Amino acid sequence: MSQVLPDLRYAKSHEWVRTLPDGTLEVGITDHAQGALGDLVFVELPEVGRVLEAGAACAVVESVKAASDVYSPIGGTVLAVNEALAATPELINQDCYGAGWMMRVQPAAGAGADLLGADAYAAELAAVGG
Amino acid sequence: MGRRTPLYDQHVALGARTVDFGGWDMPVNYGSQIEEHHSVRRDAGMFDVSHMCVVDLHGASTRAFLSRLVANDVGKLRVAGKALYSCMLDDTGGVIDDLIVYFLREDWFRVVVNAGTRDGDLAWMRARSAEWNLAVTITERTDLAMIAVQGPQARTKAAALLESAARESALAMEPFFGREFPATDGASWFVARTGYTGEDGFEIVLPNAAAVPAWRALIAAGVAPCGLGARDTLRLEAGMNLYGNDMDTTRHPLESGLAWTVAFEPATRDFVGRKALEAIRAQGGAASKLVGLVLEDRGVLRGHQAVIVPGTDLRGEVTSGTYSPTLERSIAFARVPRQTTDKVLVDIRGKHLPARVVKLPFVRNGRILIDL
Repeated sequence: MSQVLPDLRYAKSHEWVRTLPDGTLEVGITDHAQGALGDLVFVELPEVGRVLEAGAACAVVESVKAASDVYSPIGGTVLAVNEALAATPELINQDCYGAGWMMRVQPAAGAGADLLGADAYAAELAAVGG
Repeated sequence: MGRRTPLYDQHVALGARTVDFGGWDMPVNYGSQIEEHHSVRRDAGMFDVSHMCVVDLHGASTRAFLSRLVANDVGKLRVAGKALYSCMLDDTGGVIDDLIVYFLREDWFRVVVNAGTRDGDLAWMRARSAEWNLAVTITERTDLAMIAVQGPQARTKAAALLESAARESALAMEPFFGREFPATDGASWFVARTGYTGEDGFEIVLPNAAAVPAWRALIAAGVAPCGLGARDTLRLEAGMNLYGNDMDTTRHPLESGLAWTVAFEPATRDFVGRKALEAIRAQGGAASKLVGLVLEDRGVLRGHQAVIVPGTDLRGEVTSGTYSPTLERSIAFARVPRQTTDKVLVDIRGKHLPARVVKLPFVRNGRILIDL
């Protein structure tokens, strides 16, 4: 059973969003997503300053098996990306909710209204057998 | 639900992630594909390859039949147990399948073909047997399972499952031979010193009912279960083609890195596809070739990415690509114009990244064979 943290919000496309004390958002992919992808060997992150549209592809994660798009769970502007992932993409496998974070985002007004809470996301996973 | 091998329940119990492969539900990994890969390069790993199809050919005409059926020459098989890798071609020289032929007796040859092509292969064989009026009994051995045990410690660990009197002779068997040996379970196993990983090892063909006890005994002996994911990265590092990716009926062996498997001598041997391949040779050879690539930048090479020969209009295509756990960078096979020299660019999501053309294989017997 995949781990779902109670204090995060989630997109159905298996990204998580953490609200930081200054109101900016941290984004990564969920335990279910990293487990399904397998060993990650390459991560392509957006450029700092890029304006993200909710639901649009914003990054690529590549496992040994395949390349997969990561969809931005919220609209906003990229403030920072996790530079450590360039050399150690396996951080996402090892600690997807911590050291494997992908980017920090200044949310657009009203961003994130349609994200799921932990219980709702866990129910989504249960429905797909994950 | 796809077809399942006798070991399917074992895979599920071990926590395997399964995928459809040629109509079969097969394990892709049991956790970390990269760790499984390393266990084969460094110690011993095993693969359930029971989805592959064992076909026994019986009858006095079998050698004559195979001599026409496959592009390599079964005339090379003179010692009982000797194996031969070959393509089976159609009249245009296109590859119907790649396979291994074992010479067991003058009236008994064993052929192992791919899972996804088995039905077409069997139909082709039966049709040619009738057309050539060469009577051969063609038996699909659905009663047999197959486990490939691969890695530097694989043979030693697997031989422990054979009767003690048989162990020494099994371990003394030369590469690319296969023979029947009595196992401790009382059954007779066909053990071949062949594989698809670039490491030493055994491929063991055994009765379906013997597969689960053998699998469990191999785990107890310290052999790591490995999925099709690791099998793919291992065979790519070893420079071995995958049917359907690197060649198919639209491609001939001479443009697929398989010219070494086509025996044009003796000139009198009339194998299927010979005329087409001779016509290509008469025109100066194949227009393209299959080469190894090492990506010089970060990223991962994948099948169907476009290959650009810099400063020209020449284009090629990646046929198989992956991340190489041994090299810790991305490698691939690509079909490129024959003028291609040592540098190309590969289009990865619109970016043109540099890659170096290298001689295959990338890795053999645990050693990296290319310059990094």
